[in-house]
Amino acid sequence: MSIKVKELAKHYGRQKAVDSISFEAREGKILGFLGPNGAGKSTTMRMITGYLAPTSGNAEINGRPINPKATEVKRDIGYLPENTPLYADMYVREFLSFVGETYKLKNLKSRVAEVIKQVGLEPEQHKKIGMLSKGYKQRVGIAQAIIHNPKVLILDEPTSGLDPNQLADIRLLIKELGKEKTIIISTHIMQEVDAICDDIIIINKGKIVADESLLSLKKKYAPQSLEEIFKKLTNT
Amino acid sequence: MYPVFKRELFSYLNSLMAYITIGVFLLACTLLLWFFPDTSILDYGYAEMNSFFSLVPFLFIFLIPALTMRSFAEERKEGTYVLLATRPISDWQIIVAKYLAAVILLLFALLPTLVYYYSIYQLGLPKGNIDTGAVIGSYLGLYLLGSAFTAIGIFASSLTKNQVIAFAISVFLCFFTFSGFESLSKLFELDKIGAILLILGISEHYQSMSRGVLDTRDLVYFLTFIALFLGLTKYMIGGRRW
Repeated sequence: MSIKVKELAKHYGRQKAVDSISFEAREGKILGFLGPNGAGKSTTMRMITGYLAPTSGNAEINGRPINPKATEVKRDIGYLPENTPLYADMYVREFLSFVGETYKLKNLKSRVAEVIKQVGLEPEQHKKIGMLSKGYKQRVGIAQAIIHNPKVLILDEPTSGLDPNQLADIRLLIKELGKEKTIIISTHIMQEVDAICDDIIIINKGKIVADESLLSLKKKYAPQSLEEIFKKLTNT
Repeated sequence: MYPVFKRELFSYLNSLMAYITIGVFLLACTLLLWFFPDTSILDYGYAEMNSFFSLVPFLFIFLIPALTMRSFAEERKEGTYVLLATRPISDWQIIVAKYLAAVILLLFALLPTLVYYYSIYQLGLPKGNIDTGAVIGSYLGLYLLGSAFTAIGIFASSLTKNQVIAFAISVFLCFFTFSGFESLSKLFELDKIGAILLILGISEHYQSMSRGVLDTRDLVYFLTFIALFLGLTKYMIGGRRW
């Protein structure tokens, strides 16, 4: 399933957080969504997941528009929000079962066990979420995003605050998921972009400044590194 | 909707706060009705529960905001509302689920007070000399009053991410809708405005139900009241101004 974004905009008063952007995320590819803090990455992602209503324009998944009222389309989307908010008072399995129930999943128990294994939460599965370390919380966040096997995954900074080992694990997992899903991922780490992304979008001050495949972007600005390209495009 | 309702109810039942607030409510009720001589049913000498039904609304003004203050305020503070809003559930379903969980919790606060009825029933002379019909009507009225306060509490909780502010706002709104309208109406005693203000307040309808008379107008009033505040909550939540 592909995601099409057409002239999507979000204004807060006079401030244009997202200023009429259009792009497409291809099926089976991982799209890296880059930009400095405050460029409008999270706002865009919140609109694509149907949390925020856009001021104008729209986002579509396979031709079906996404907005806060389109409850059925939300079945096809998995979302890991920024800073991974979770219910700290719930147990890992209890929380994942709760999320599964909201999608009315069948064979819920086995599905929960399956995702716990998939994200490597087994040693911590009987703990309360509030007791987990940051890396494991992040895994719970990813688990709740993929439990209903969505065709589209939106991950907002999935690797922030992880140690190098966890980083490698999560990247591997995302790469694995990316084979059959459409993934949009935002990050500040350029090596990560190099390692897992197929396509790149860079936005700055609510506007798209680059929209290309990783290879052609690198070719275009050779011999500069991704970091240098990023700096050049967003330092305006 | 059911999963959200279940989660909310369990989260109430797993938190010490609910038990402490309900415990304090029951303790205050029992002390005021059975031990403190000024308000004691035993000293009063009549086998009726009127003092209970006139006391509890004032305790509810504090109890219910304390129970409902976290419902949306906490989600907002922790940023967890996005976890609900990006599921295939509508805003209305979330609001109603949270509301129902709080209303069921309220039942847990009221059920133990049936002991008072039983005690008065046994102590009456002759035994059982208590107007059961009036008690049932009063309980129904009290539960509707509590449900109305819960709707206020849920609404106040959707206004802010600070639970203390949510508590303060809902205490004020509960107090004002309960007895504020009645007091205001006294300013316009001879006017039509006075009569209208009186009808707007909860107290008038609650008292009419306490007499043991089930009037559809009172029922409609309470249901409209609840729908109004849940509708306002929807307006606050739907806009995602946070």
